[in-house]
Amino acid sequence: MLMADHEMKTTAPDTGLRIRTEVKAQGVTAAPPRGGEPDIVCRNVNLSYGDNHVLHDITMDVDDRRVTALIGPSGCGKSTLLRCFNRMNDLIDDVRVWGEIKVKGLDINAPITDVIEVRRRVGMVFQKSNPFPKSIYENVVYGLRIAGINDKAILDEACERSLGGAALWDEVKDRLDESALALSGGQMQRVCIARAIAVEPEIILMDEPCSALDPIATLKIEELIFQLKEKYTIVIVTHNLQQAARVSDKTAFFWLGRLVEFGPTAEMFTAPKDKLTEDYITGRFG
Amino acid sequence: MERHHFEAELQNLRNQLLTMGGLVEERVHRAVHALMHRKEEDAQRIIVTDKEVNDLQMDIDNRCLRLLATQTPLAVDLRLITSAMKINADLERIGDQAVNIAESVLVLIPHPPLKPLVDIPRMAAIAEKMIRDALDGFVRNDAALAREVLRRDDEVDALKDQIFRELLTYMMADPGTIQRALALILIGRNLERIADHATNIAEDVIFIAEAKDVRHHAESGGQKP
Repeated sequence: MLMADHEMKTTAPDTGLRIRTEVKAQGVTAAPPRGGEPDIVCRNVNLSYGDNHVLHDITMDVDDRRVTALIGPSGCGKSTLLRCFNRMNDLIDDVRVWGEIKVKGLDINAPITDVIEVRRRVGMVFQKSNPFPKSIYENVVYGLRIAGINDKAILDEACERSLGGAALWDEVKDRLDESALALSGGQMQRVCIARAIAVEPEIILMDEPCSALDPIATLKIEELIFQLKEKYTIVIVTHNLQQAARVSDKTAFFWLGRLVEFGPTAEMFTAPKDKLTEDYITGRFG
Repeated sequence: MERHHFEAELQNLRNQLLTMGGLVEERVHRAVHALMHRKEEDAQRIIVTDKEVNDLQMDIDNRCLRLLATQTPLAVDLRLITSAMKINADLERIGDQAVNIAESVLVLIPHPPLKPLVDIPRMAAIAEKMIRDALDGFVRNDAALAREVLRRDDEVDALKDQIFRELLTYMMADPGTIQRALALILIGRNLERIADHATNIAEDVIFIAEAKDVRHHAESGGQKP
């Protein structure tokens, strides 16, 4: 274990890749208790595409190792905010973000911040599963390979751990060399989750991860979310209100780019405080 | 997106609960009327027609279950439907209490009246008004009216104690009055239970309207002993 860590550090000295097994090898296995500092802190976050002001003064905290659901009608800004958390909006022209977003204390929009490191720490799973046209194995270890890790023992270990973490290991362990594109939709989505957790992120962003899946595959992903939150902070955008109610600890309701209400999920779905929230979740608009 | 079908279903549910409420309120009224006017036939009819209430109760529960299963209601809709199931159960119990009163009336009728009845009709009038107001509060989503119902429960409790004390003196003075006095005490107890059910309904109305759980004197701080 120690040797593996040593090798890893020598093969990937400059990527900033910090694998948690390294910490474990030093005997510090216990994660800090939950409920301390929030993982993501947003203060007056605004975003515009050109002249189009899309997010208005979003202020919210995302709790450590909890599931936070972002809900709201199409175009309310929930996915845009999600993409702010790992700077995926950088890929769009003419975007301007102001206000403060801190991930584990790191100001992710600061000029000196390494965006690759941000995206390593804040993984993402998309609506449509996007496996690469490669084997299951290569899909999962892709992030490690581009970080310069080629040691087969490390990659094997990461592959098994990640597929296990994505509740897929038992289904694919005998065919890791087969193309990921041959899997079912639900399995492909779990490959993508495995790929996201292979690089040991701290936060996983999910943008409607189940909207292209059938009910059974959806339930599997939801079960997986329950397991994942033991180790990771999860922010999920979903149009499925029942899903938000089932999987999340806190729910944030957005409307026209504003955060209308943010609170414990159980309260939001039984006794929302705001009339807009009430009308949205009872299906009276949206 | 408007949910016309769902809205119509919710309105049907409200209407059915109102029908149920009207039915049991009328039965309480008729049971006390049968007591005051010594109408054996009226009392009998209340006992044999209890099935109407029971059938309606099952129908309403079915409707609620179907809505929960098919519409996945949330927020105020969820509070309405789950509370409707509880209100339904309380109304059915009120119907049962009307039957209990009618049974006591049948015990009393063969004997001469023990005393002129004063407190029982007063108690019945308050209890009936409590049912009516709780249901009005339900229809109008009026938590203030429901809170009014909660306040009146104490009056009914006081009247029940008063009836018990008074009849105790009759029983001590003449054991020959025990059977009739006990029947009247039971009726007082039945009316007090009816007021309790009306109170439960009023608490549900406040929960639907304000999402506040006011049971067990949560609003006045702590449990009543």
